[in-house]
Amino acid sequence: MDIRLRDAPPTTEEREAVDALLGAPVSAWEGAARGSAFDAHVSYVGGAASRARRHLLLPALQALQLRAGWISEGGLNYACERLNVPPADAWGVATFYGLLATAPRPKRVLHVCDDIGCRLRGARELCAALEKSHGAAIDHQPAGDHVELPDQAWMKSPCLGMCDVAPAALMVEAAEEPLELLRGDVTHAHAALMLAGKYEMLPLAPLRTTPTVGRPLLLQRIAKGTDPESLEAYTGESGFLALRKALEIGPPAVRAEVTAAKLLGRGGAAFPTGRKWDAVASQPETTRYLICNADESEPGTFKDRELLANDPFAVIEGMTIAAFATGCTHGFLYLRGEYPLASLRMSSALRQARAANLLGNDILGHGWSFDIELRRGSGAYICGEETAIFNSIEGYRGEPRNKPPFPFQAGLFGKPTLVNNVETLANVMPILLMGGAEYAKLGTPDSTGTRLFCLSGTVQRPGVYEVECGTSLRALIEMAGGVPEGRTLEAVLLGGAAGAFIRGDEIDIPLSFEGARAAKATLGSGVIMLFDDRASVTDAVLRIAGFFRDESCGQCVPCRVGTVRQEESLHRLARGVPRGGVQAEVALLNDVGLAMRDASICGLGQTAYSAVETAIHRLGLFHEAHS
Amino acid sequence: MTGIAPHAGQVLSPLVRLERAGKRREVPMVECSIDGRAVRVEEGTTILAACRSLDVPEIPTLCFAETLRPVNVCRVCMVEVEGARVLVPSCSRPVEQGMVIHTRSERVMSARRMVLEFLASSVDLSTTPKAAEWIAEYEAEPARYGPPMPASDERDLALTGHHHEPSVEYAATVQQPVKVDNDLYVRDYAKCILCYKCVEACGPDHQNTFAIAIAGRGFDARVSTEFATPLPDSACVYCGNCIAVCPTGALMSKQEWDMRQAGAWKESEQSVTDTICPYCGVGCTLSLHVQDNQIVKATSPMENSVTMGNLCIKGRFGWRFVQPRKEPSS
Amino acid sequence: MLGAGGSTSSYQEAEETDVVLLWGSNAREAHPIWFHHLLKGIRNGTRLYVVDPRRTSSAQWADVWLGLHVGADVALANTMAREIIHAGLAHESFIANATSGFDAYRACVEPYTLEHGAQLTGIPAEVIREAAHAYAKADKAMICWTLGITEHHNAVDNVLALINLALLTGHVGRYGCGVNPLRGQNNVQGGGDMGALPNRLPGFQDIRDDEARAKYEARWGVRIQPTYGWNLTEMLMAMDREEMTSLLVVGENPAQSDADAHHVEKVLRKLDHLVVQEIFLTKTAQLAHVVLPATASWCEAEGTVTNSERRVQRVRKAVEPPEGARDELWILSELAKRLGHDWGKPSAEDVWNEVRELSPKLFGMSYERLEKLGGLQWPCRTLDDPGSLFLHARLWEVPAQGRLAPFSVVEHAGPVEMPDADYPFLLTTGRRLESYNTGVQSGGYDSPLHRGESVDISPEDAAMLGVQHGDLLTITSRRGTVDAPAHIDRGLRAGVVFMTLHFPDDVATNLLTIDIADPKSGTAEFKACAVKLEPARVRGLARGTTNVLATAGTD
Repeated sequence: MDIRLRDAPPTTEEREAVDALLGAPVSAWEGAARGSAFDAHVSYVGGAASRARRHLLLPALQALQLRAGWISEGGLNYACERLNVPPADAWGVATFYGLLATAPRPKRVLHVCDDIGCRLRGARELCAALEKSHGAAIDHQPAGDHVELPDQAWMKSPCLGMCDVAPAALMVEAAEEPLELLRGDVTHAHAALMLAGKYEMLPLAPLRTTPTVGRPLLLQRIAKGTDPESLEAYTGESGFLALRKALEIGPPAVRAEVTAAKLLGRGGAAFPTGRKWDAVASQPETTRYLICNADESEPGTFKDRELLANDPFAVIEGMTIAAFATGCTHGFLYLRGEYPLASLRMSSALRQARAANLLGNDILGHGWSFDIELRRGSGAYICGEETAIFNSIEGYRGEPRNKPPFPFQAGLFGKPTLVNNVETLANVMPILLMGGAEYAKLGTPDSTGTRLFCLSGTVQRPGVYEVECGTSLRALIEMAGGVPEGRTLEAVLLGGAAGAFIRGDEIDIPLSFEGARAAKATLGSGVIMLFDDRASVTDAVLRIAGFFRDESCGQCVPCRVGTVRQEESLHRLARGVPRGGVQAEVALLNDVGLAMRDASICGLGQTAYSAVETAIHRLGLFHEAHS
Repeated sequence: MTGIAPHAGQVLSPLVRLERAGKRREVPMVECSIDGRAVRVEEGTTILAACRSLDVPEIPTLCFAETLRPVNVCRVCMVEVEGARVLVPSCSRPVEQGMVIHTRSERVMSARRMVLEFLASSVDLSTTPKAAEWIAEYEAEPARYGPPMPASDERDLALTGHHHEPSVEYAATVQQPVKVDNDLYVRDYAKCILCYKCVEACGPDHQNTFAIAIAGRGFDARVSTEFATPLPDSACVYCGNCIAVCPTGALMSKQEWDMRQAGAWKESEQSVTDTICPYCGVGCTLSLHVQDNQIVKATSPMENSVTMGNLCIKGRFGWRFVQPRKEPSS
Repeated sequence: MLGAGGSTSSYQEAEETDVVLLWGSNAREAHPIWFHHLLKGIRNGTRLYVVDPRRTSSAQWADVWLGLHVGADVALANTMAREIIHAGLAHESFIANATSGFDAYRACVEPYTLEHGAQLTGIPAEVIREAAHAYAKADKAMICWTLGITEHHNAVDNVLALINLALLTGHVGRYGCGVNPLRGQNNVQGGGDMGALPNRLPGFQDIRDDEARAKYEARWGVRIQPTYGWNLTEMLMAMDREEMTSLLVVGENPAQSDADAHHVEKVLRKLDHLVVQEIFLTKTAQLAHVVLPATASWCEAEGTVTNSERRVQRVRKAVEPPEGARDELWILSELAKRLGHDWGKPSAEDVWNEVRELSPKLFGMSYERLEKLGGLQWPCRTLDDPGSLFLHARLWEVPAQGRLAPFSVVEHAGPVEMPDADYPFLLTTGRRLESYNTGVQSGGYDSPLHRGESVDISPEDAAMLGVQHGDLLTITSRRGTVDAPAHIDRGLRAGVVFMTLHFPDDVATNLLTIDIADPKSGTAEFKACAVKLEPARVRGLARGTTNVLATAGTD
């Protein structure tokens, strides 16, 4: 490509950060020093081979961010020169992600969760205290060309997936050895210590026991406290037995077991996994990709975090079996950027698995090869959408694609691609080990197996719970201790920001897909967030509207403008200044919501009104003003 | 691993699509029903193309262009397909065997009305052809979201990942100062509906210069150069192929913009004559727009097999040697 | 090409071919819309090899850039050919069926081993080998070139060397294959097609072809001399010898566009009678005894032009010409009348119909069809002929129809003037995107890309000379001296400098260039001459600046 870069050289640390990822440049045409006789007469830079490296753009930007604290023009230019990407194009990508700063930002930044789960457990108070002690959260570009940056700053963050230990905060300190620290149960004192860089003075994170009930399928190792960093410990707990069995029985038999198990996808859409696998396996194109969607970002959701951080080998085994069953040649684990511990544990597990020939060439001597690449998100909820994830991995803005073509036809790099959620893949081992038919006996006829639910909000014992599908919501809430003594349960948010509110007196719902559907609700990603009589549903609804406004990719009109109009309307209602009266305002909101649902490109816009709609029409929010 | 742009779909010249020498094959036909009428079209035909081959009422489009890979983002061309959970964009969705399509159902009309309301309440559509007509036809009421937020010069600086409380008085808009940073063309992003066409034309579909991209996210998404640098510092080569595809007049030649400012732009008095560019030997068709015996604009026909509507800086702007340029006021 | 006098392929073929060798062409800037077609090809998987001494904006799109020494084109082509033959990649059945002269050709390229070729071109042997194999093995491959091939003292040899490669591999006469000169000027193709060449009749018919000549003589009622006339360089020489004393210049600015401008001006001044038909008072027009003000034919008159894919296209009158300017047909008819021939008042269509009548391969292109079909590509012989996407399919018939395609024996011969101790830099010239030739047309609009003339030098040479971006340099060749600001270009290697002809009134680059032309084509070696560079002593006062007040010169 003919690329024109403005004259802005990278700093030494920016150059080092990018080179550490990509290796030192070989040719003067991609950033090496001039002077070689070869370069004077030959260039291999700029053609198809260069364009094929585009997928390294996001990792390169992340490297810059983690080294310099922001992406300067010099840094961006260097990444562009190394990867042959036009700077405007790279700018479009950099400005897409919330964790990438495109204006000067201190190297040490504390991201304080200000989302629904944390707000129910003190996030607002934490933010207010920080504002007093450390000044306002950053939310604007610093003015002027030459800015004196402080050493540290804090900013508000969407859900960090720590609702069970809310309030939570993520510390990111850019450095040669960058530091990422995700903490729960954050007090103002903890926050102040982190902002001062005194991490060693933080108390140890409180030990938590994952609540388990009955005999868990997915959480068995976590419940036992099996060492997540040890391959031996994993194999000691029947790890990789399912993979060995899969290699023995062959791909069609594996797919048949999964189909017999009637496993439904656990990411939210509940698509039959066996059918998806068959569709990928039947493609004529033999270069196929597997993506494990670990971009868990739905507010209120933290189940995948548990598996990734505390049972990482299971994720690898599940992915490997899925790839084997569908003929995928290369796997990507797309992990949300806000999960540093999961990233660490997964990286270590991948290294160990490779060393043990559980990944790589000729796995376990079966003549089949497969490997997994870990990719991290950078703060974009939309990248969990199954086609946006392709664009993000390929180094483009994480905008959802048009369907058809469907991922199984043309997904990542235009090839047939299988996208499965972490929990879905974790079910594959029990299915193979106990047999699909046996697995199908668990749960209900239409919702087989067990499911992980994320209990949070005003609940006594928040956490990840594994229960058989069909268990009643009431029973599960009781297992978690219900709302605190003396409080009454007013409402439950099921399925997350894209889910639905139900009333506190509607909890006799069976936790199955069909049960939720019958109750005009959704299980979504397994969020069960409790609101007692002191919790503000209005505040949650406003935050949900703000969340969708922030996280809309901006591609299609209904979602880009609709999420803004929805938030404006809700604020008018909440502040008691509806346009043309409450009824007109609610009608307008309904028009906006239905247009988003009917005309948006992807699930984000299509579900951006769900929780709002149920809050108004089911809980009667703003209802008193109606009459 | 091979990297393929997400835009991997081939964009070929119309002629190639028609003629692909030596590769002619029988294209299978599919049948569908459009507003109750049975239609047979070649497989791969979009719903929009199928509709346009009939005399069904016009389906409005904004982000669609024959010469660009469909991005289906404006959502004004939505139609209802029976059995589909949501509406589908007719500009990109191929007809499938047995599809039952409704182009004027209540859901369709309501979605189009809302899309028009969303656009008209946030963007200046004063130079978008047909916008006023559609707003009337679909009974859109953009005013019901409140008075429009006044212009802000901070849109280019918006940072992703920071929430700002909305106003309860004003409806958010993309109003902002017009960008006049060079002699050849003007960018008035207050009129931008973010149809992606300019980015596609500057990027992978035609010019491949990538001087502009969509930056930011959500309502803050905008067309931008890197670090919002002025065009003369950017990679822009002033081919003006972005102007050619802009459906709203957000992008406009400086001459046209100046003349409009001065009230001297009289489209109804202009003649358009096709000739050939006087520069290199490629032979690009130039459509000369002439007002008062002055060339006031040069374009190229979209269906032209040489240009597909594209020109370079010389064809787009380099004809002023023919007659000394008149000041718009004269 | 191959006797047809035009590109063998259509633009659309670049969208679907497998390999393109873009040779001596910065099409990204000089032919931007053709490059769009190539870009579609690249997006569809076409592999691009760019051969150019500079790493141009086109080369930046290449899978491989082969930065050969200036003027080493034949050496590279012959080396590739030898490698193709020795690797067993020559298309033997095509060679046997459709070509002649292969044995002599094989003998000629035999000494061009990879090692020898690497020495002559500067390109490492393995890179030449890779390019040769890629081109030969491709199912469909095209070679496209521009003035980097033809503005050399051995221009025709360069072209023949490229055609040899196509014949050797059978990459001609099929869809997606071909040999294609990208025409630098609007209607340079049409000018040749119409016989505005010293050796051709309209329809590219050879003037020595008795049958063709007889047809024209009968139609025109005059005798046509059966010998080739002078090309431009020969005309200049004849003027210098005062053998040619009168000259009619139509829309050309030789005083600025031709090599060694001092010399051109000198011989133009020797003429007894110089008539210039122009739209501007160019440098050449200022030397004229009579200037005939003309219309801008592309928008103030009717007619046709022919583009680089042999497409005849209509130009139309969009605006009224300025007062006093006359239609070129009217001027020529009036000139004829004064010279004793009454042609009446023919319209552009009348003239075109006469051309069709006398040129069988253009006959199918009536104005009506040109209008309706958006132009037609020749040959187009009948009124229902759709025109020709590509040429020479006849070579694939068994046996091949028509004349066999001849291989040519061509040898490497570097630039006439090589850098030496006194003039250590090699100056090569070309175009920039926003400008055109001597700037007559492109000087007329304000472009943010216009940055005036400069001498582009490598960062290494800049460092050696101790100059910064923008510092004024004095550039001297054996023929002249000009001053220009330095522009540091990373795409250049040490020893090579680059200038354009776009701003002759500011920097008369052609005072430097060498007036040694290819004897067969008459094109001068604009692409190579030796110069020396020094920091300019007098800042702000550029030498080589002419004192002309005219708007600009023409092409």
